[in-house]
Amino acid sequence: MDDRLPGIRPRPSLWRRLDGIARRSFPTALTMLLLLITAAPFRLPGQAELQNAAALSCVFFWSVYRPGSMPPPAVFLIGLLADLLDFAPPGVGVISLLVAHGVAVRWRRDLMRVGFLLVWLAFAAVATGLASLQWLLTSALTFRLLPAGAALFQAALAAGLYPMLAVLLSRAHRGIAEPANA
Amino acid sequence: MIRLSVPVRQALAKLTLPVFIVASFALMLLGKADALLAERARMALADAMAPLYAALAEPLSGVHRGIEGVRHVATVYDDNIRLRDENERLRRWQSVALALDAENTTLRAQLRWIPDPAPSYVTARVVADAGGIYARAVLLSLGPNHSVAKGQIALDDRGLVGRVTELGARSARVLLLTDLNSRVPVILENSRARAILAGTNGARPRLMYWAEGVQPAEGERVVTSAEANTFPPGLPVGVVRYSASNVPEVLPLARLDRLEVVRLFDYGLRGVVPPEASVARMPERRR
Repeated sequence: MDDRLPGIRPRPSLWRRLDGIARRSFPTALTMLLLLITAAPFRLPGQAELQNAAALSCVFFWSVYRPGSMPPPAVFLIGLLADLLDFAPPGVGVISLLVAHGVAVRWRRDLMRVGFLLVWLAFAAVATGLASLQWLLTSALTFRLLPAGAALFQAALAAGLYPMLAVLLSRAHRGIAEPANA
Repeated sequence: MIRLSVPVRQALAKLTLPVFIVASFALMLLGKADALLAERARMALADAMAPLYAALAEPLSGVHRGIEGVRHVATVYDDNIRLRDENERLRRWQSVALALDAENTTLRAQLRWIPDPAPSYVTARVVADAGGIYARAVLLSLGPNHSVAKGQIALDDRGLVGRVTELGARSARVLLLTDLNSRVPVILENSRARAILAGTNGARPRLMYWAEGVQPAEGERVVTSAEANTFPPGLPVGVVRYSASNVPEVLPLARLDRLEVVRLFDYGLRGVVPPEASVARMPERRR
């Protein structure tokens, strides 16, 4: 809990502090859990793209609305997990998630003020840029021109998934992940 | 905890992101420079997840079967007509096959033909898709003391699936023949012309480098060739189909989009195996 705010608050016992830590680490833990779940054998068409989209949506959302719970080291770990699960060249997912985090933190003052539609548009732009970046990096690392259609599909899927995840995440943002509720 | 002044702390907070971006570039270079390290890390994670996914795969494939069942009910009449037709045709082929088999046996007896040794195989469950966005591969769950080696050949009940490319303690990754990096030496069964089957990440790999003067015929069967000592000859791969832009492609016989169980065959072929694999596993091989 923020100690700089004035007011009466309960004594910070061990349990309350643990509760606070759990709430603060909820965004990172949820994102990692989502990665593991989307890697499970559901045999959905485009499941790899879905995994990527879920990670990107989570990192972007928390970086805009609560960057304190999604610091760069956590983003790095999430990206590393995604790369290992994905059998992608290590580092490609990490760098795209870090760029997403950086852009979201840079834009967050503006994004917090505007309506959801504009946030969604900004996310779609970021997702398109990052899909191209990943395509470029993977092509460069495997010395081979990869089909660009997959990158387009990845960006479109991420943009389509974001509103659904954002609804769930903003509920979590006000409820379970709010350290002030501890 | 070290107490820092506010400006120093703010400067450090601003530096974290650039430092981690540099670290991820370093990671990328490391992954490229030491491919074995990246592979070990991946397979360690896959080893940890494989039992979990194997436990999940059972109920999930039950759900899939249920959905399939509902879908089949709708088409059961058409299926029945088609199957009757097919059965009729197969009966005719069966008599041909039996006659050929008998003839083959007598001819082999006269030629003192040395039969190929029966290959040993293990059966493994496909637990997850291990391809990602730019690759086509599956993850297999294996027992803890398995005898699977890199380069072994995976087949399902219909035809060639791919080869084992990465190996963990209780999991293995099989690169499918549709992957962009897959190259399989094949023979066109009617013309006996050799060709290379190159994956495109799409559903149908493409035929390349067939011999001059031969044109792959639509519907012609494609089987593996023993060239390069990677595959045994004659494994069924697929049939030739021409794409809309008149490029000869191969429709794989194996159901690559719904793999549940594959067999890994050990033909004892070590034609093209990554160097580190043959070195690392040398002491274990007793041949």
